[in-house]
Amino acid sequence: MMKHRAIDYVLLVVGLLVVWQICHELVGEYALTSPLATFAYAAKELGDAHFWNNAGASALALLYALIIAMVGGLAIGLALGLNRLAGDVADPMLITLFSVPKVTLYPVILLVFGLGLSAKVAFGALHGIFPVAIFTLNGIRKINPIYVKASRSLNLSRSRTIFTVLLPAALPEIVSGLRVGFAATILGTLIGEMFAATEGLGFMLIKAIDENNVELLMSLTLFLFLVAATANGILLAIDHRLHRRSAAAA
Amino acid sequence: MNVLSQTSAAEHSLEEGARGAKAPHVHLKGVTRIYPAVANNPEVHALASTDLDLPQGSFFSLIGPSGCGKSTLLDIVAGLASPTEGTVMFEGKRIEGRPPEGVGVVFQEDSSFPWLTVWNNVAFGLRRKRIDKAEMAKRVDAILAFTGLSDFAQAYPAQLSGGMRQRVCIARTLVLQPRLILLDEPFGALDQQTRLLMGDELLRIWRETGATIMMITHSLDEAAMLADHVGVMSARPGKFIEIIETGWPRDRTSEIVSEARFGSITAHMWSLLREESQKAMKAR
Amino acid sequence: MSKAGWIRLVIVIAFFGALEIMCRIGWIDRLTMIPPTEMAEALWSMLLAGSITEDVLYSLRNTVAAVALSVLAGFVCGVIVHALPRLRRILDPLFASYYAVPVFVFYPLLVVIFGINATPLILIGAMFGIVAMLISTLTGLDRVPRVMFKSARMFQLDPLRSALLIKLPSAAPHLITGVKLAVVYSVIAVVAGEFILSSKGIGHRIAYAYNDFDSRTMYGLLLLLLTAVTVVTMSLHMWEHRLHSRWAKQ
Repeated sequence: MMKHRAIDYVLLVVGLLVVWQICHELVGEYALTSPLATFAYAAKELGDAHFWNNAGASALALLYALIIAMVGGLAIGLALGLNRLAGDVADPMLITLFSVPKVTLYPVILLVFGLGLSAKVAFGALHGIFPVAIFTLNGIRKINPIYVKASRSLNLSRSRTIFTVLLPAALPEIVSGLRVGFAATILGTLIGEMFAATEGLGFMLIKAIDENNVELLMSLTLFLFLVAATANGILLAIDHRLHRRSAAAA
Repeated sequence: MNVLSQTSAAEHSLEEGARGAKAPHVHLKGVTRIYPAVANNPEVHALASTDLDLPQGSFFSLIGPSGCGKSTLLDIVAGLASPTEGTVMFEGKRIEGRPPEGVGVVFQEDSSFPWLTVWNNVAFGLRRKRIDKAEMAKRVDAILAFTGLSDFAQAYPAQLSGGMRQRVCIARTLVLQPRLILLDEPFGALDQQTRLLMGDELLRIWRETGATIMMITHSLDEAAMLADHVGVMSARPGKFIEIIETGWPRDRTSEIVSEARFGSITAHMWSLLREESQKAMKAR
Repeated sequence: MSKAGWIRLVIVIAFFGALEIMCRIGWIDRLTMIPPTEMAEALWSMLLAGSITEDVLYSLRNTVAAVALSVLAGFVCGVIVHALPRLRRILDPLFASYYAVPVFVFYPLLVVIFGINATPLILIGAMFGIVAMLISTLTGLDRVPRVMFKSARMFQLDPLRSALLIKLPSAAPHLITGVKLAVVYSVIAVVAGEFILSSKGIGHRIAYAYNDFDSRTMYGLLLLLLTAVTVVTMSLHMWEHRLHSRWAKQ
């Protein structure tokens, strides 16, 4: 089982490298650097304090954005999920807000928050909060009513019902929401940095675009993808385990 | 009722006579099914060597503990699965792992197409054949009337109850005038009262189309009430322990459940099945 | 309209009303945001004067092309990947992390290859939308009940007919979800591409107006863009909902 997974990963990586190399051969050095050249450049970047300063700035913004998105999304989803009517009212509104292409709002964010940390955090949180809220809301609403009946027959208080019955029952959905929200928050923070910041990896990306520095652009994208894929892989494993467990209990 | 069946029961028996009255409509000889081992799962011996003959126009019920290979047997007769060994004949021709003409199946799961109206669900199979529009409409309308679905012709399955949706699946099968109807626990998802009514319906369909019916059921009552013969199967690998003859008249209805004989048939079935069901339960 | 619908309407009106008042009495200064009525008025006059027609049509054409491309390619790839479980297992981590990285940073690379015209915009839009459609196609095909395949065999359908008459309609609700997501992601990529580097299009005009402190033009265009995307995604969402409830048969 584990061996199979490892082979799959190796095949994926090799496959991507081959596709990358082929694309490089097709379009040439100016448009797309080769994998080898990119790795060399990335290694050089990784030894550079400038890179780590920017990465640190991004990490800090991401952390704030994640906290706001996760806590806020959970609170919104939970509050709306506990009341049927509130859930019915909010569900389509949240989905609309989720599907608004928030990248278009960058001038507004800039005007409200100014250039800097708060603008990137706002951008990241704005992207991440809706998926977390939507998944939590649906997780709470989809709970088998028999659990609620059972907790009522056990005379549990409202807060105890929430923490010992509702949240655990909705946990698989909530974790899925956190995973999707996590990816969206990374994307949002980077977009924020691209258009509304003076430091961070997103800012380096947009500068690389301006200076037409393809090597840097490719190195950064590679780095970001690896970080995102690793974090996402861990969350995905937790997600699968929880879903399997609750499926087995059903 | 010629719209329902090109060859009514009477015509069929004439045909039978010409072909030689002895030839069974469905004939199974030494049918075995072994599912090969996959990854970590060992091979499964689903069906032990099985022989069975179903006469033209008979009603046969299959009953047995869960996982005993009933569905495997039905899939093999339907041509949806191939036997590992043995032969299956339908109307004197071998079934070679593909559904033969003249066989219809109704599944336990609701298989009505949610994107089509009831009318179009029923017409689905006819559209694949070269039949002119007027003739098709006539046949669909006749089947809808016959199954009591006329008022719902333009409804979508989502608007119907489970029992009505199963009727749609039955109508969709009947419109193709099958001479052999296979039912895999068709009423398994319905409540007891609806089951009894659907059972009456099925008896009427059986009488008026003259088709041969083979039905899997979990319900001892349903098997005893509907069938001429009930095949009682053992736990895996499945084989027939006994084939019970019910001896009901052809024009029976669900009211026979009040007869003393009905009680003794189900009691006998349970005495055969009790031990097998325990075996199957522990095997889980 | 349902009770929830009325409440939603009241909330939306109250939101814009509050925004209007706050802008009018100066709690929000005019440089940050103009009152919603002025946004609408600005948009109306621009539409009448025809000063934005060309840019709107340019973005619209590119987005439609990108959506069409991603839906078509995503569906075809989805069908292929679904038929090859091994390939799917290998590609799974890629799909799961795809949206954590702003793929549209590759836009400049496409500009180097194709030049500053519509092609890179359409391609980047399609690249961003395709995976959403692909994943939805996979989900849709996974959820086709097994009994549908058995039915297809009983009706003696050949593989092509079985795909077109049974699998496709059976997976339809999930395919609509895919189209909806493809629209959202394609819009993000096309508009972001226009922000980064373009001489035409709504995104270009918004960025230009922002740099020019022309808030009337900027907010007018934002209003148009957000309204258009909301109307399209909400219509698709409602359609998707209707199909889901019809397909669920309960």
